[in-house]
Amino acid sequence: MVEGPPRRVIPNLRNAVDKRFSRIVTAGAMSTFVVLALIALFLLVRSAEVFKEFGISFLTESKWDAGSGDASQPAVFGIAAMLVGSVIVATMAMILAFPFVIGVSLFLEYYVGKKIRAVLVAILDLMAAIPSIIYGLWGYLVLMPHAAGWASTINKYFGWIPIFSVDVENFDASPFISALVLGMMIIPIACSVTREVYSRAPRDQIAAAYALGSSRWGAIRAVVLPFGKSGLIGGMLLGLGRALGETIAVLLTLNLVFEVKFQVLASAGGNVASLIASRFGEATPLESKALMAAGLILFILTLTVNFGASFIVNRSTKDAS
Amino acid sequence: MSAVIAENSAVAAVPSPKKPWVNRRESVRDTVPSLIIAVGVAVASVLLTGLAGPLGFYVTFVISFLVASFVSGLRHDSVKAIDKAMATLITAGFVTAFIPWVSILFTVFKRGASAFYLGYFTNDMAVTSADDDLGMGGLSHAIVGSVIILAIASLIAIPFGIITAVYITEVKGRLRGLVRVMVQSMSGVPSVVAGLFIYAVVVSKFGFSGVAGALALSILMLPTVARTAEEVLKLVPDDLRSAAYALGASQTATTFRIVLPTARSGLITASMLGLARVAGETAPLILTAFYSAIFSLKVTGQPLASLPMYVYQNFTTGTDTALTRAWGGAAVLLGMIFILFILARLSGGRSRR
Repeated sequence: MVEGPPRRVIPNLRNAVDKRFSRIVTAGAMSTFVVLALIALFLLVRSAEVFKEFGISFLTESKWDAGSGDASQPAVFGIAAMLVGSVIVATMAMILAFPFVIGVSLFLEYYVGKKIRAVLVAILDLMAAIPSIIYGLWGYLVLMPHAAGWASTINKYFGWIPIFSVDVENFDASPFISALVLGMMIIPIACSVTREVYSRAPRDQIAAAYALGSSRWGAIRAVVLPFGKSGLIGGMLLGLGRALGETIAVLLTLNLVFEVKFQVLASAGGNVASLIASRFGEATPLESKALMAAGLILFILTLTVNFGASFIVNRSTKDAS
Repeated sequence: MSAVIAENSAVAAVPSPKKPWVNRRESVRDTVPSLIIAVGVAVASVLLTGLAGPLGFYVTFVISFLVASFVSGLRHDSVKAIDKAMATLITAGFVTAFIPWVSILFTVFKRGASAFYLGYFTNDMAVTSADDDLGMGGLSHAIVGSVIILAIASLIAIPFGIITAVYITEVKGRLRGLVRVMVQSMSGVPSVVAGLFIYAVVVSKFGFSGVAGALALSILMLPTVARTAEEVLKLVPDDLRSAAYALGASQTATTFRIVLPTARSGLITASMLGLARVAGETAPLILTAFYSAIFSLKVTGQPLASLPMYVYQNFTTGTDTALTRAWGGAAVLLGMIFILFILARLSGGRSRR
């Protein structure tokens, strides 16, 4: 047996510099953990007093009164109305946006040519970057005069359904109008995910559907929509997370009222994020702590929704690849 | 059986291959009559019935176009009819979604233009109140403030964003899955919560300042930079890395001298997208940088103006001239974001599938 050349010793590629480099990069990457943890920690510490004093009633009470500073009128803080309002506005925005998310995604992926699609997708990306203050400005000054008219029409014919009823005939600055604006804002965000998943629908199955004599819509219904279901849900959840946390567009288009209400066309609603932005300027020390508490709850809420969304999106894109 | 086949082949010799997914001329020819009918019905209903205005026209147009395309499809069969109706419906959904955006762009630039005059970009609002004539005052302070805040925010967010991406794609640390999830959830942090956090940490001790605003924005900017940078670094071919290692380069050298330079244009794109994402954020600035009407370059110890806050302030003032100023600020802000976007596109590192 011939003796081969001596076994070469392969040096450890990670020398001292590399080790330091990898340590530094790891430390840098941990910044995301640190920031998220610090946000939770600081808001918790700052709002601990509020939770101690008001307990669970902070979530169930819907009064917001900084008090007069003495015992005659104690401060009361509760965000029930704001929390319910946030959920109502965000849910309505989702319902309004949902058909358009499907429509826009399908149109871009299956109804236009490649060149036009590239242009339209660029425009869609641009729309996602329009600042919320501009949506709010437009929503208040341009959309509201029209939308109040639509609301009044809906109220005229469907007023017998409790959620479409109003106590006073004022349709301005209602949850409905905020939801319209929010819906517009989340369409491009949800579409970017949904479109991506729709585009990964198996080509062979689509071709098979055509081969069996299916029409374009038939192929979409049989292959694309079932395939993209979880992507659609994930995209919508991502939009929901955005809608729940949206501040300025809602602040400009919604009349904040501290009362739990389900009349979506009436000029009264609630929103946690807008509450924080609107009250912060003239808040008393205790009130600003209460706002921190509201922020903490908003943070937890959106974090939960986003975790759900990224879980579903990751799973659906993993299936696809 | 064989007789039938023989008969068929006698009638149609060799069927030419069909491509049902390709848009053919005839589909266009089919659409035009439905379109004409739909316009006719819509015009008639607006003129003759209670439906009024562009909205009434649009709604009746869509509905009658839907019906017309369904009926024209029925000449073939029900499958064709449903297919055509759905195509109309999906196109209508797309067009309907685009109308408000067109309206936004149109209003912002049209109404914003009436606030513009030469001094608008060089004056501040120190001696001008929001109610004053439109020929006075300007937003130079807001533009400069925005640029300063964004510059500081990028100094923090871009390095950390790229480091996070390097950790995921180059170092491939054990926690990379978790880091990715963290980046995703960080991108979901509501902007007002980022503002609250910086308020609690910085502003409550040192007062409103440009630096505080920049810190809040960097929290919102980091995830966008990190995610885009990760996509971009993944596009760097592994062959390049292998070649570098084969030549004896360390991982550090490979990253700094091969991977990052290769991905440079993409990393610029990532930074621009991050900037565009936060340039218009208002809520965190209300709690951190606040607003000042005076031109200033000082980033600590005093409030610093910014474009979104300029728009917000003028909006809350609410008079006609103030609202015109708000539109003017919005137009400048939108223009700035568009420029960032175009720069991002030009540097052209966005992943292609």
